[in-house]
Amino acid sequence: MFGFGILSGVTFLPLVGVAFLLTQKGDDEASLRNIRWATLATTLATFALSLVIWSGFDTTSAAFQFVEQKNWLGSGLVYKMGVDGFSMPFVLLTTFLMPFAILSSWDSIQKRVKEYMIAFLVLETLMIGVFCALDIVLFYLFFEGGLIPMFLIIGIWGGKRRVYASFKFFLYTLVGSLLMLVAILAMYGKAGTTDITVLLHTDFPKEMQTWLWLAFFASFAVKVPMWPVHTWLPDAHVEAPTAGSVILAAILLKMGGYGFIRFSLPMFPDASTNFAPLIYALSVIAIVYTSLVALVQEDIKKLIAYSSVAHMGFVTMGLFTLNAQGMQGAIFQMISHGLVSGALFLCVGVIYDRMHTREISAYGGLVNRMPIYAFVFMLFTMANVGLPGTTGFIGEFLSLTGAFQANSWVALIATSGVVLSAAYALYLYRRVIFGVLDKASLKNIADLTPREIAIFTPLVLLTIYYGVQPQAILSATQASVDNLIQTHTALIDAIKLAAAGQ
Amino acid sequence: MPFFVQLAHHFLPETILAVGVMVLILIGAWRGERGFGLVDEMAVGILGLALVAIALSSTPDTSIFDGAYIDDGFSRFMKALTLIGAIVSILLSVDWLQRNGLEKFEYPVLIMLSTLGMLLLISADNLIALYLGLELMSLALYVMAAFARDDGRSSEAGLKYFVLGALSSGMMLYGASLLYGFSGTVSFAGIAAVVSTSAPIGVIFGLVFVLAALAFKMSAAPFHMWTPDVYQGAPTPVTAFFASAAKMAAVAITVRIVITAFPGVKDQWRQIIIFIAIASMLLGSFAAIGQENIKRLMAYSSIGHMGFALIGLAAGDEAGVRGVAIYLTIYLIMTLGTFAAILAMRVEGRYVENVSDLAGLSRTNSWMAFFLAMLMFSLAGVPPLAGFFAKYYVLLAAVDAGLFGLAVIGVLASAVAAYYYLRVVKVMYFDEPAPAFDRAPMALRAVLGASTLALLGFWVYPSPVMDAAAAAAKSLF
Repeated sequence: MFGFGILSGVTFLPLVGVAFLLTQKGDDEASLRNIRWATLATTLATFALSLVIWSGFDTTSAAFQFVEQKNWLGSGLVYKMGVDGFSMPFVLLTTFLMPFAILSSWDSIQKRVKEYMIAFLVLETLMIGVFCALDIVLFYLFFEGGLIPMFLIIGIWGGKRRVYASFKFFLYTLVGSLLMLVAILAMYGKAGTTDITVLLHTDFPKEMQTWLWLAFFASFAVKVPMWPVHTWLPDAHVEAPTAGSVILAAILLKMGGYGFIRFSLPMFPDASTNFAPLIYALSVIAIVYTSLVALVQEDIKKLIAYSSVAHMGFVTMGLFTLNAQGMQGAIFQMISHGLVSGALFLCVGVIYDRMHTREISAYGGLVNRMPIYAFVFMLFTMANVGLPGTTGFIGEFLSLTGAFQANSWVALIATSGVVLSAAYALYLYRRVIFGVLDKASLKNIADLTPREIAIFTPLVLLTIYYGVQPQAILSATQASVDNLIQTHTALIDAIKLAAAGQ
Repeated sequence: MPFFVQLAHHFLPETILAVGVMVLILIGAWRGERGFGLVDEMAVGILGLALVAIALSSTPDTSIFDGAYIDDGFSRFMKALTLIGAIVSILLSVDWLQRNGLEKFEYPVLIMLSTLGMLLLISADNLIALYLGLELMSLALYVMAAFARDDGRSSEAGLKYFVLGALSSGMMLYGASLLYGFSGTVSFAGIAAVVSTSAPIGVIFGLVFVLAALAFKMSAAPFHMWTPDVYQGAPTPVTAFFASAAKMAAVAITVRIVITAFPGVKDQWRQIIIFIAIASMLLGSFAAIGQENIKRLMAYSSIGHMGFALIGLAAGDEAGVRGVAIYLTIYLIMTLGTFAAILAMRVEGRYVENVSDLAGLSRTNSWMAFFLAMLMFSLAGVPPLAGFFAKYYVLLAAVDAGLFGLAVIGVLASAVAAYYYLRVVKVMYFDEPAPAFDRAPMALRAVLGASTLALLGFWVYPSPVMDAAAAAAKSLF
């Protein structure tokens, strides 16, 4: 339509829902129901449309597909969208998880419902846009624009310290991104274009690569987040409403990993090789240190937040191994973490809606009254630990395999993180689910409602399905990963050759 | 070229304003106190007419009045911005003046006189025309700052502005005399010819003084001291005028003088501009953090924004000037929108101006809160709002010119500045409601809504501003 393709359609479809929501007035129960259903319908339609894209996606090709391009702004800037094996899974992950985020807010959000739904739909547009953008400035617009709705979601519908958390989230991310903006401008100055497909083949001088890499690193490291700039994440997670935590953990964090794959690794191959030890170091510190921190948390959400940092450590480690296993594992780990951590936050949301506390000590013995919940929570806890048969295993195993090839010490220390993750996850599970149900407030707690079961069923199925059938995801990313590694190796060899020739 | 042809072809907007002012003074004197409404409406009409005259003129760049004055693309662009600022300022002021018993016909007349000065300033092509325009603009501004003469703070603002303004005029004259003394000419082109390769030390001294005086007018650090007090003390619609139209003219002449008169000593003036830019950005970012009064907050915000706009000038090339032009356009929209919101802050007939008075606005007046929040995000430079593109193009020019340090300091300062813009959003959205505001008059709501829409929609269709700014920048080189 108007020369725009299906990717623009899927990106901006949520805004159609926003337009509809804006016409809704009134606070009575009927109009609230309209608002909720309209939002859900919008996210479902978006998901359906992304499935259409997926069905037409050629997994054997490393090229960008569904490319669309429009001149925009003049001066070399273009509106260009397209997906490849790296971005397609994330688009699907985003559209897949949004309906769950909406469903989980069905009853728990009672104030300013319309604004809440609008914020989420706008956020969805911006998130899909990040993964589809093939122009670096366009990417930046979506990347940064996402801060506004998330800031409002945490700040308006968040917990007690929401103001602190929302400011911390916004300012941390903003500082990193602004440095990236300067790097983007420098790249534009050098290459004369902001088209990602051209930039991927632009040869930046070695010295420049270092600075550009560091500037991009500033942005993505905060977003991932990597130790030591992870401190905004526990605060944001704890204070955000359930759906906000889900989206934050499942998708916003992945933008950092995606950024590394899309920009840092292919565009600055030399700097990426040089800085790989730095990434390894930060990653293993994140894995071990934040796992230890998670062990002593009193707040369920905070514990899961720290476990997210640890798991994202596997991702960054895997990406910079620059071998097929490591990168495939890292991407798989991101998808897996999207499903599992999203589901874990939903699990916390379930009991938070009932008890309005996230203190671990307020719970205990839930298995007696909530058997279905106990099962679901166990499954995702196990997936989080990396039990074989769940998605968590594939991601961690592959990234560790890759790391072992690159540097066995890194792999050794990182593996200890797997043990630690089992420790904190099982410890949490024991304290919340097992034991004697002796707290008076828990005597009447009810098990999952049909709506909640409906939320968890697809997530449970997918976690197990991809745990035994990882090929479905791996094959989608394979062509792009192979392509990246080949190009990278060729470039590094060329540099070595040139160095040897001198 | 015969004198009247020059007037009709290249001096039309100024002629319209000059004649219009005289007619309005007559009408005002004749009708006395009752004349306000008519004079006000006619002032808007005359300013609008001048704007139309600029929009329709398509003459090639021409120097008139024996080289004292230039009519080029850059001046037309900046004049259009100035006139828009002046028109909207008048529209914003009507309700405020009536409620405060200040509906005197002198108000629109003073705005017009000051605007006439700005137009002269923007088109000045020698030092004498520059000084003429500067003084006409400033003298009217001094009076306007003290317009609420029964209010102590307004009188204080007027006096403060006048004393410091007189000082800066003195510096300007001293610098101009040095420039004339060492180059032997007052025309910008003549100075450029003399200093085409190297400059006598006296010329550099003169340039420093002139730039200091101009920095004072655009309230750039370290010559910003008057800004917070005058912004806070002056009547709010006057502050809106200071923050919008007056800035356009001051930045425009700064750009013109360094680009056209001193292209040969770029390295020298670039140091000064970089220093002013960094100082303004840092000061604007850090000093605004503790401000409770929203007008004071906007004063520091405007200091920071001037610093950011000067990044484009520091680049000193066509792309940089284009960046400045885009920056000023977007800054004008943001400023007018924000002041429309500030003027709409009225509780039970009383004007309030503290940030805390906005508390919980999202629940008492959700549209106004949304508009103001978007303005704040835009001022902070968060994409996809227009404020981001303003920053984008000046930074682009700076990075292209190799000024990486300046660009990095700029973005870090803007991250600090984001904090206090966010605080306004936080107060409106996260806090418990304060008493609701009275219903704002139509004009304020229209300006607020239109400016927010322009900022939100800028990324969809930016080419009108982009093309006009590019053409404006081209005419200077």
